[in-house]
Amino acid sequence: MTAKKERAGVVPHVVMGVLAIYFLLPFWWLLVAATKDNDGLFLSAPLWFSDFHLTDNLTTVFSQENGIYLVWLRNSALYAVVSGIGATAVSALAGYAFAKLRFPGRTKIFALLLGLIMVPATALVLPTYLLMSKAGLVDSVWAVILPSLLNPFGVYLLRVYTHESVPDEMLEAARIDGAGELRVFTSVALPAMRPALVTVLLFSMVASWNNFFLPLVMLSDDHLFPLTVGLRTWYMSATLGNGGEALFNVIVTGALVAIVPLIVAFLLLQRYWRGGLTIGAVK
Amino acid sequence: MTQVQTKPAAAPAAAGPPAPRFPRKREAATGWLFVTPFVVLLIAFLLLPMAYAFKLSLYRSTLIEGEHFALFENYTQAFQDPLVREGVLRVIVFGLVQTPVMIGLALLAALLIDHATSRFSRIFRLAAFVPYAVPVVIGTLMWGFLYSKDTGPLSAVLPLDFLSSSWVLASLGNVVTWQWAGYNMIVLYAALQGLPREVYESARIDGAGPVQIAWRIKTPMISSALVLATLFTILGTLQFFTEPLILQPLNPGSITQHYTPNVYAFNQAFSFQQYNYSAAISFLLGAVVFVGSYLFLFATRKRSAL
Repeated sequence: MTAKKERAGVVPHVVMGVLAIYFLLPFWWLLVAATKDNDGLFLSAPLWFSDFHLTDNLTTVFSQENGIYLVWLRNSALYAVVSGIGATAVSALAGYAFAKLRFPGRTKIFALLLGLIMVPATALVLPTYLLMSKAGLVDSVWAVILPSLLNPFGVYLLRVYTHESVPDEMLEAARIDGAGELRVFTSVALPAMRPALVTVLLFSMVASWNNFFLPLVMLSDDHLFPLTVGLRTWYMSATLGNGGEALFNVIVTGALVAIVPLIVAFLLLQRYWRGGLTIGAVK
Repeated sequence: MTQVQTKPAAAPAAAGPPAPRFPRKREAATGWLFVTPFVVLLIAFLLLPMAYAFKLSLYRSTLIEGEHFALFENYTQAFQDPLVREGVLRVIVFGLVQTPVMIGLALLAALLIDHATSRFSRIFRLAAFVPYAVPVVIGTLMWGFLYSKDTGPLSAVLPLDFLSSSWVLASLGNVVTWQWAGYNMIVLYAALQGLPREVYESARIDGAGPVQIAWRIKTPMISSALVLATLFTILGTLQFFTEPLILQPLNPGSITQHYTPNVYAFNQAFSFQQYNYSAAISFLLGAVVFVGSYLFLFATRKRSAL
């Protein structure tokens, strides 16, 4: 960081400034809009505050339809935590096995996996729904959680990481000391895999929290909806105007409440997700 | 590798093949045990649905004949269906325009934060990445409000009807770019961070400016990360679904029920109960995505290192 480098950085900083405005503008708008009532949303200047109604809006968001928003919030958290932890556990076992254990069929299954990473997930949602409905699992939490446990890319990442950062000698030493295979995995391999595990956990939790297509198709009981599907139902009834008032301010405030936890988590866990993306990018 | 264990002194024949690491049987059994949960999920939620979609796509269901085997009739219908063709063409055009724009923007941003290591560049890095944390549904809702003449500031700056049929594809492209450019920026930035710094030093001595270093040295050196980012973007755009579905009620005239192949398949299944035809479209789309990404990787295999 010499003085020369700082001077060279004027144009880059202007460009970054313009881009930052682009990326942050929707958030600013959302923050401002969440403080307005329904009329204010349509009548006042979009990028500045007018009358302050944030508390009223929050009260409405949480009391609307007997507080269903809170149920959605809880569902999103449940799906994200259970799918995230489950997917990470499954990927850790498989990734470790592909990297460090020799068993017949290993290379074949792994080659298959590499091909299957390319299969578009959304093309499978409809057939999965039909299969699940035959099994009687549709419209249950499992219909959302079970398919989310499959994370081929997570397995791939953990295999690459484990292969490079868990020394065979360490595993051997533990075996010689008489540790069983499960113990070798839990007390030697897992701690060494931690950075990659955190990454897979973070990204599968975000993917579940943000998931929309799968729960949209699988669920019809609105008490099982995650936030994404729930907010869409409010939005649909507001735009199509079928019955009741069009409460856009409630939707806007609901959207704000829905993204705050994730943004806070991202800011707090910065070094993890950044480190994690490095695992994916550098080979 | 920090810990190198000393080999047990008991091994007498040092010249022979390496001693068997451990009972092979035990290792193999553990290996299988460990991959079992994953393989079960793989079968249940990937291979089985794929096979089922294919099977469904070979049948037709009519009032007179009930469900009957029809071989490729659904596929013939899909190939001749102008609505399918329109949707496929739309996602291809969309991908051809949006992918280079977004990857270009992400590359520019990554080169900038790699070049300027100031506090502002760290703040910028966060700002660009935050949209990734927003659910696509909510990101699209936000832009829907911003595009609106009644609630958004954009119409004051650009007197356009963002959701009219002539602009809606560009408006959707903007939502996708906003959401994913920062994510790709971080991936590319991570790759840039992994490059040896000495190379720039010698280029600088040879008289190369920062722009030349960025474009002629840094960019080619991260081509494998660029290829992968492009690949995942292509995979995403062909499956385009949530954004058009969310913006649809704002202007049903410009975003139709068959706007993208995925939207069409969804509506065929859930609005019209045409599961067989829907499965054919899904399967076709899946095949196109699979073959497309495979060809892309093959064409760029020298760079992608996969």
